[in-house]
Amino acid sequence: MNPILSVKNIQKSFDGTGVLKGVSLDIHEGEVVVVIGPSGCGKSTLLRCINGLERIDGGEIWLRDQRISDQEKNMHLVRQKIGMVFQSYDLFPHMKVMDNLLLGPTKALKRPADEAKAEAMEMLKRVGLAEKADALPRTLSGGQKQRVALVRAMLMHPELLLLDEITAALDPEMVSEVLNVVIDLAEQGMTMAIVTHEMRFAEAVADRVLFMEQGVIVEEGAPAEFFREPRTERARQFLQSFTYASTRKNAR
Amino acid sequence: MDWSFVSAHVSDFIGGAWVTLRFGLYGVLCSLVLGLLCCLARYFRVPVLKSIAHGYIELARNTPLLVQLFFLYAGLPRVGIRLSAEACAVIGLTFLGGAYMAEGFRSGLESVDKSQREAGECLGLTRWQNIRYVLLPQALATAAPALFANVIFLIKETSMFSVLAMMDLMNVADTLRTSGGRTIEVLFMLVVAYLALLLPVSLIATFTERRLRYAGFGNQRSV
Repeated sequence: MNPILSVKNIQKSFDGTGVLKGVSLDIHEGEVVVVIGPSGCGKSTLLRCINGLERIDGGEIWLRDQRISDQEKNMHLVRQKIGMVFQSYDLFPHMKVMDNLLLGPTKALKRPADEAKAEAMEMLKRVGLAEKADALPRTLSGGQKQRVALVRAMLMHPELLLLDEITAALDPEMVSEVLNVVIDLAEQGMTMAIVTHEMRFAEAVADRVLFMEQGVIVEEGAPAEFFREPRTERARQFLQSFTYASTRKNAR
Repeated sequence: MDWSFVSAHVSDFIGGAWVTLRFGLYGVLCSLVLGLLCCLARYFRVPVLKSIAHGYIELARNTPLLVQLFFLYAGLPRVGIRLSAEACAVIGLTFLGGAYMAEGFRSGLESVDKSQREAGECLGLTRWQNIRYVLLPQALATAAPALFANVIFLIKETSMFSVLAMMDLMNVADTLRTSGGRTIEVLFMLVVAYLALLLPVSLIATFTERRLRYAGFGNQRSV
């Protein structure tokens, strides 16, 4: 079966510094790919290149049978099929939650407002925020904002959802309420590319894990194997940095 | 103070105030449109247009309105372009005001976090939809004080219209003063007339800015 997304040998540099040095990646329908790696390895840039927030310097990106890496004029049509959620939520502060949700479906997709509203309400209910429909974003907690942002992206019925460190700005106790929504989406068959620092979440949600370093994919594999027994030394070191090897010797 | 002189000439000042207000508002409205277009050309880095906008803004902001009006009224006829005084007034004020409004809009747009623009793009909005629904409402909340200051500034600048022989407040006052010699009375009426026009604008500005602040958006970054 043909992949939904096909990234072919893309390159990207900022001010002469290579950030992506030939990255290739296929994502198939219903697949959840998690990208991990040290900060600055290019994983966020990879996601931003996929939906054209950054222009690539070389290579190609295909969404099904359409080459999207050279779309200039019609990029907004491509983006209607690729949802993205960021670390900083980026809800529109001047709009109520419901208006945030309806903007894309009614303006970009030109769907009838009442139909879109019914669906939005349904999805708000599913993430436990039905009573917040008329609230302004600033009255929500970080976890609530991020759940609204996820619903906002999903209401566009994207073929692919990109999640860029969506729990990085959250207080620890709010992380799971957001990640549970993502796991729920994965169960429903949503195709996703996820950048995260939450290793246990990565293990739980991924069909495939990519480990990136210095602009290239160093290792790729099923989560069970990758997290138990990474093949490369660099991945092993990276995973070890999430555990504390030493304990205090003279603790009282 | 000769109050009988004052009351005898109130209607002259009302006529002048009407000219000042009408042409001031035409200029303000055209300035807002021109300023927004220039600002957007620069914000979205539209090739060629952004350079034209930039050049125009510097030219308009760094030359006096008086010189701009002379150019339109006395200069252009030399090359065969003859405009009425009213047209010169509106074009001149728009030329000046467009540059100031562009800078006002720019301060607002630049205060909106770049991630807001990206969030709108990620929803598949067109550039224009993104401006209209996402960026501009937030930018206006921040830019409102600067834009209102420009409105007041531009209405005051209409006092230059007297060089076009238009009977605005300034010209009415000048004519009365030189013909009757009642300088104190005339200047008193002139000040009162300008205050009567501009104080309401100031009040509207204050009220609007407070509403926008209480609405709770504008200065928040990550939401």
